[in-house]
Formats: sequence, structure tokens, C-alpha cells
Amino acid sequence: MKDARAIAEETARASYGRLLAWLSSRSGDVASAEDALADAFRAALETWPKNGPPDSPEAWLLTAARRKLIDAARRKQTQTIHTPGLALAAEEAEAALRIEKPFPDERLKLLFICAHPAIDANIRTPLMLQTVLGLDAERIASAFLVSPAAMSGRLVRAKRKIKAAGIPFEVPETAIITDRLSAILEAIYAAFTCGWDNPDGSDPGGADLTGEAIYLAQLLTKLMPDESESWGLLSLMLHAEARRAARRINGAYVPLGEQDAAFWNRDMIMAAESALAKAWRIGRSGPYQIEAAIQSAHAAARLNDRDTSDDIILLYERLIELAPTIGAHVGYAAALSAAGSAQRGMAVLDQIPSARVETYQAYWAVRAHILTELDKPEDAAQAYRRAIGLTQDEAARAFLRSKERALEEI
Amino acid sequence: MKYLLLLHDNEDAWLTMEESRKNEIFGSYMAYTEALKKANAYHGGAPLEHSKNGKRVRASGVQDGPFVDGKEQLGGFYMIEADNLDEALDWAARCPCASIGHVEVRPVWHIGD
Repeated sequence: MKDARAIAEETARASYGRLLAWLSSRSGDVASAEDALADAFRAALETWPKNGPPDSPEAWLLTAARRKLIDAARRKQTQTIHTPGLALAAEEAEAALRIEKPFPDERLKLLFICAHPAIDANIRTPLMLQTVLGLDAERIASAFLVSPAAMSGRLVRAKRKIKAAGIPFEVPETAIITDRLSAILEAIYAAFTCGWDNPDGSDPGGADLTGEAIYLAQLLTKLMPDESESWGLLSLMLHAEARRAARRINGAYVPLGEQDAAFWNRDMIMAAESALAKAWRIGRSGPYQIEAAIQSAHAAARLNDRDTSDDIILLYERLIELAPTIGAHVGYAAALSAAGSAQRGMAVLDQIPSARVETYQAYWAVRAHILTELDKPEDAAQAYRRAIGLTQDEAARAFLRSKERALEEI
Repeated sequence: MKYLLLLHDNEDAWLTMEESRKNEIFGSYMAYTEALKKANAYHGGAPLEHSKNGKRVRASGVQDGPFVDGKEQLGGFYMIEADNLDEALDWAARCPCASIGHVEVRPVWHIGD
């Protein structure tokens, strides 16, 4: 038999976000719902080992958390605002749990709250990780290179804002849903890429949240199955994640072109392809879908031994039409160079205003590579040094140093 | 805003390090300094001699180095320009020292004119 602690931990993983979404959407206050839920989990750890775990751990936690919330609201004399709603809602939920319907999943509302335009863009991802997945501030802080105290402070302020501004817990209307959804996608992708220097996804840093990001994207495709970009993002991340084991051999950095495809995770690539196929079937193309298609073309080139370099160029051209980011231009330049048009690649890089790439590592790495192709070793070495100086990851730095050294030996 | 990056690492490790590894690290530092300069973020910086060559001075007297305050000792510094602490932390993370030791980031106290 499982012990009470194991059941509490399992319930926390599986239900934390659902319980929090449900409680906070009734109270309009994420922070107090979190406190109440934390109290409920603490009480569970005290009571369950003594009395045995309850039949329905979720219902137990929900009832306990609701009681804490109502107590807290009474203490603050705000019952006129929130308590009636809460009490009613609790009855509704307990009834739902009694007749064994699946517990209502309102995490979508929570996702929309976290990516609301009133919330600072740089706190949306941490907020999602904390509220939907229950990650602690310390882990989030280390992934985002912020001190734990600073991260906690930012999270507290964001939650205070949700409450004070009365940001509604609802799925937005159809007319604005695309904009609001893209903010969610951006925040999920930020969780995936934080700590990665390189847009090719070849450079994982210290703390890594890729599993969490993929979980969030899967959740989103489940909650909003008709949005092609959710599938596109999921596909993109699965393609990148599938190559994880091939990115480092004995700790040394291996660029995509030199990776051993035997180390790629085939199941994950299949899942990525099927997510991309779903996105195509829905029909509206968006930047994540195009980026996923680029990764798919890279995979096909190796696995099916097919030259997809022209496809990749066309896809980058489409990506730049849809979202002309610096990353897209740098990727386009790399793709042109890989297809034998280093000169055109260089022209693309030269069009980017230099002030925008002063600290953009990937730009300098790609520029160095293209300059090498163009037989300009001195300029290439200079660009490599620039890239090395901007690299956080030790293995990537060593790789770039070896490229720079090779130029000196010419 | 100005930030001081205080680079700490195991200074004794340098004494026994292979020449090739040392060159590797020096090369990374040169590249890092160059990147700071090109981004107009560099105010100054230098590596420091081993702490056995250092002294600590108080009104009550002078103490000879080395100073054993832990495994990692102050071994160099950069003074950088950054718009905010997040940007300063990004620069600190790119510093080669962040991979071999640690980098302390201190906002410089701005004393008004």
C-alpha cells in the first residue's frame, strides 16, 4: 500500500494546477488560493498518515483549502466580496466530485491570467510555472538567472496585481483570442529556451525546464485542440528535445550537422511529426508551425537521407514574412550558407542593424561560420571571439574556441 | 548603472594547471573582455596576483596573504555598465569565471555630484 506522503505528492503533481485554477478562479486571488492550497497539503501530510488517506484526495484537499480560504477572507472582512461565491462554488465542486465526474479542469483560465497583457511579459513564464505546475520559486529563479528572493518578490507583485486589477478568470472572446493565445505560447516557449543560448536548441544551460514546457504545451493542445499554433509549438519543442542526447558527447558540444542521429529519440520525433500534421490539418499557418516544419526538415534530411536545404530556405522566408525576428534572420542566413549560398547568407546578416546584435551570441557564431566559408579567416576569428565572449555554456565555448583555433592554423 | 563583477575561483588550481588549459581560459577571458568592449559595457578590469602576494591592512596592523576565506578567492574583477541588474547578471553568467568559480555582482553605489 502506498503511504500517505506518496499519495499527497502524487496528488500534488497531478492536481495542483487544477485545484489552484479552480480555487483562484472563484476567489479572483491567486496568492491566497496558493496559501490555502499549501495549508491543505500540509494538513494532508499531518492527517493522512494517522487516519489513512481519504477516498478522494482531491475532494479532501479542495474542502480543506476552501475552508482555509473562507477563514482567511473572514479575517480580512472581505466576505461580502468573495465568500458567497466561494461557498457556492465549493458546493458545486464537491457535488461534481461526489458523482465522480472528472474534476472540472479550469487551467486554461489560469494560463490566460498568467499571460494577460496587464502582467509584465518577463514574469508570465515564472507565473505559469508556479501556478499551473506548482514549481517552487527557487527552481524557477535558477532557470531564469535571478536570485530566489527577487523571483519571489516579482511573483508576489504579479499576483497582487491580478487581484488588485480584478483581472478576470476567463477564456477571452474569439475576437481577441489569437493575440492572447500567442502570449501564452510565447511564455511556454520562454520556459523551454531559458538557459539556452542558441536558437537551434543545441545549447542547454544549467537549470532546465524543457519537460515542464512540453507538459504545458501538451496541456494547451488538450484544452484548445483547434489552435494550430499550440500544435506547432508542441512539435517544435518535441523536435528539439528529441535531439537532447546527441547534443553532447562526453560533455563536448556537438552541432546539429554533426550529431549522431542514432542518439535521437525516435518516439519523440514521431510525436513531433504527428503534432505538426495536426497543425497543418487545422490550416492557419503561424510562426511556431513554420519553425517546427524547419526542424522537421532537418530531421528528414538525416533520417531519410534527403537534401532538404531548399525546403528549409523557403520555410525561413515564410517565417520572416510572419515574424521578422533577429533569430529568424540569423537562421535564414545559416540556412542559405548550408545550401551553398554563403554570400547571400552574409548579405542577410549585414542587413540586421548592428545595435541589435551586440549581445546576440547566435548572430556572431553564424557570422563566424559564414566568414570561414567565404575564406576570410581573420574576420571569422574576430567573429568567433565575439561569440565566445557572449557564450554562457562552457561546452559551447570550448567548441567555438576550437573553431577559432582551427582558423589560426590555416 | 555601474556594476562590479568580483571573480572568485580556486587560485591554487592555477599553479598546477596545464599550459594548454590555461591558454584556453585566457583566450575565453580575452574574448569576453572584447565582447564587453564592443557592447560599450566595459569600464575596466584586471586579473589579480595570487593572494599570497596580498596584504590586509587595519588600523591595528597588517596581515600577510594568502587569505583562506574558503575554497574560492578573489582573483580578478570587471567594472561594467548595464541598464539593470538582470543585464548585469547576464554579463556575469557569460564570464568564464562563472563556469570555473563564481562571480559576485555588486551594484556600484552612485554618489551624487
